[in-house]
Amino acid sequence: MAAAALSAAAFAEDTIKIGEYASLTGKEAAFGQSSHKGTLLAVEELNAAGGVLGRQIELVTEDDQTKQGESATIVKKLISREKVVGILGEVASMRSLEAAPICQAYRTPMISPSSTNPKVTEIGNYIFRVCFIDPFQGTVMAKFAKETLNLRRVALLTSVSSAYSVGLAKYFKERFVADGGEIVIEQKYTEGDKDFNAQLTAIKAAGVDGIFVPGYYTEAALICRQARELEMTMPLFGGDGWEAPELIAIGGSAVEGCYYSTHYSPQVDTPAVRAFVAKFQARFDGETPDAMAALGYDSAKVMVDAIRRAGSTDGPAIRDALAATKDFEGVTGSTTMDKNRNATKAAVVIMVKDGKFKFVQSVAP
Amino acid sequence: MTEFLQQLLNGLSLGAIYALIALGYTMVYGVLRFINFAHSDVFMVGAFIGYFVGGLLPHGTFWGGLAALAAAMAGCAVLGIVIERLVYRPLRGGPTLNVLITAIGMSLFLEYSGQLVFGATPRAFPAIFPAKVISLHGLIISMNQVTVIVVAAVLMVGLQFAVHGTKIGTAMRAVALNPKAAQLVGINIDVVISFTFGLGSALAGAGGVLYALNYPSIDPLMGVVPGLKAFVAAVLGGVGNIPGAALGALILGMVETFVDGSRWSTYKDAIAFAILIGILLFRPAGLLGRYRAEKV
Repeated sequence: MAAAALSAAAFAEDTIKIGEYASLTGKEAAFGQSSHKGTLLAVEELNAAGGVLGRQIELVTEDDQTKQGESATIVKKLISREKVVGILGEVASMRSLEAAPICQAYRTPMISPSSTNPKVTEIGNYIFRVCFIDPFQGTVMAKFAKETLNLRRVALLTSVSSAYSVGLAKYFKERFVADGGEIVIEQKYTEGDKDFNAQLTAIKAAGVDGIFVPGYYTEAALICRQARELEMTMPLFGGDGWEAPELIAIGGSAVEGCYYSTHYSPQVDTPAVRAFVAKFQARFDGETPDAMAALGYDSAKVMVDAIRRAGSTDGPAIRDALAATKDFEGVTGSTTMDKNRNATKAAVVIMVKDGKFKFVQSVAP
Repeated sequence: MTEFLQQLLNGLSLGAIYALIALGYTMVYGVLRFINFAHSDVFMVGAFIGYFVGGLLPHGTFWGGLAALAAAMAGCAVLGIVIERLVYRPLRGGPTLNVLITAIGMSLFLEYSGQLVFGATPRAFPAIFPAKVISLHGLIISMNQVTVIVVAAVLMVGLQFAVHGTKIGTAMRAVALNPKAAQLVGINIDVVISFTFGLGSALAGAGGVLYALNYPSIDPLMGVVPGLKAFVAAVLGGVGNIPGAALGALILGMVETFVDGSRWSTYKDAIAFAILIGILLFRPAGLLGRYRAEKV
């Protein structure tokens, strides 16, 4: 312990600092924790392999408590006090949108591991992401609902206070209607709501054969439970916001037979995924990494790769290197930044079966 | 028609929970003339006591559920009395603003101590009562909703009896009317105030368990929103007035539910609060409250 502290102090002068802001506590803590573990694993691996530019990498992590307003403050602190060269975060689009203008103003490159709302990278040319965006995710789920689940009449239950949810609902609707499906009823809720009986009763009365819930896991689990209590048996499905063990812990048997789209599944059989799952389980007591962990891991790797190619820790140089990222092989597939600084990637559809997440199919872009 | 009845039931069970919290606000206001903002966090503690005690008992039985409910009520009563004794009593007689700020401080203290002790990650609340669902010509009646409504009704009738039919209740009303005069006729106001806090907190504890039963994901900040709504309900009904709080809560629960089930669900809170402002414009003292001119 003392030796570790000593060696940490020895190179503290000359480390390259990368900032990370994540929802380590609060309502979406499962996302922040997962993403953080992935990021941490990547940094530890890179350091074991000698770091970057001959220096060790120091990950400075701050918790935004899943609170509005918090991420802007802590990102400012990371940049001005900690002097980080790049920023990693957040999972939720809402909070990435808060922090991105600050990164842009300070010319500090930011990579969001898993914010899928298109607006995030539209903030400016210093903002990147390593995941797909909602128009693609919405399209995937609309196609899946129409072709695989064979649904015709679908209800939308959207969280109005989340940029992610509103965006995803819009793209889902566009595609589903274009394919000849019908959105029978649109209901709204707000983040933190617990009672969805009123909306579900209205949906039940409208008569639908599926409900699209583009929200986060806490609400999604409660929505599934209350729907099943109202004897609604149709499938409920959502996006990557559902991806957390809490979905099953809170939802119980009510989430059985529900679907969501996400970035990666530990059940995908490729050498990269197998190796990542093994390393993650060895590091974090046998925990299986979910999509947030995989994207957190990839975001750190992409950032460090850009620093290596830039050959400096200068903001604009790293930015240019990031923009030139091409065919970077990560756990969640190969990352190429398009001209809008978004990664184009395949999506996977997951089903809850027997209290476990089960891989259903993979959808290429 | 079925949809209307279903929404009526949903609104009734939501209103019943708001009522249990609102009663605590209103009782403390009635006696001490201040808003106990920490009340919504006592509600949260109640849910957590229910969570831990419920974990020890066999799930899905009536006596198990009632035992967890009783434990939460007892625990919260003690917490409420302790808060009053340690925090509010030393400030009694001082400027009301000081007590108000202290109440906000106490509320934040409980919320963030809760995050430290329980962790901020939401937990799944166990199904401590029998979770049956009855289907009646398309109308779905869940046992949880029935439990909430019945327990809330029993507690409110009990409270009405306690306030109007017992000696301590009479003393409580006397203190509410005029604390100095009550003291002059030999009422120990410390005991009465402790009792009020205990009773109000016990109701909040019951509310916490019932809320968690219906919406089984609990976290240390879960009290904030229902607490605010219950406070609104108390003001709506006439703060300081016990049947008023119940009535206000019922109205708020119904309005929220019906707006939520309509096309305007986005504006749920906006509409609920617009109604509040409207009612207060025409009845400044709330629906059942009596306006009293203050002599300066």
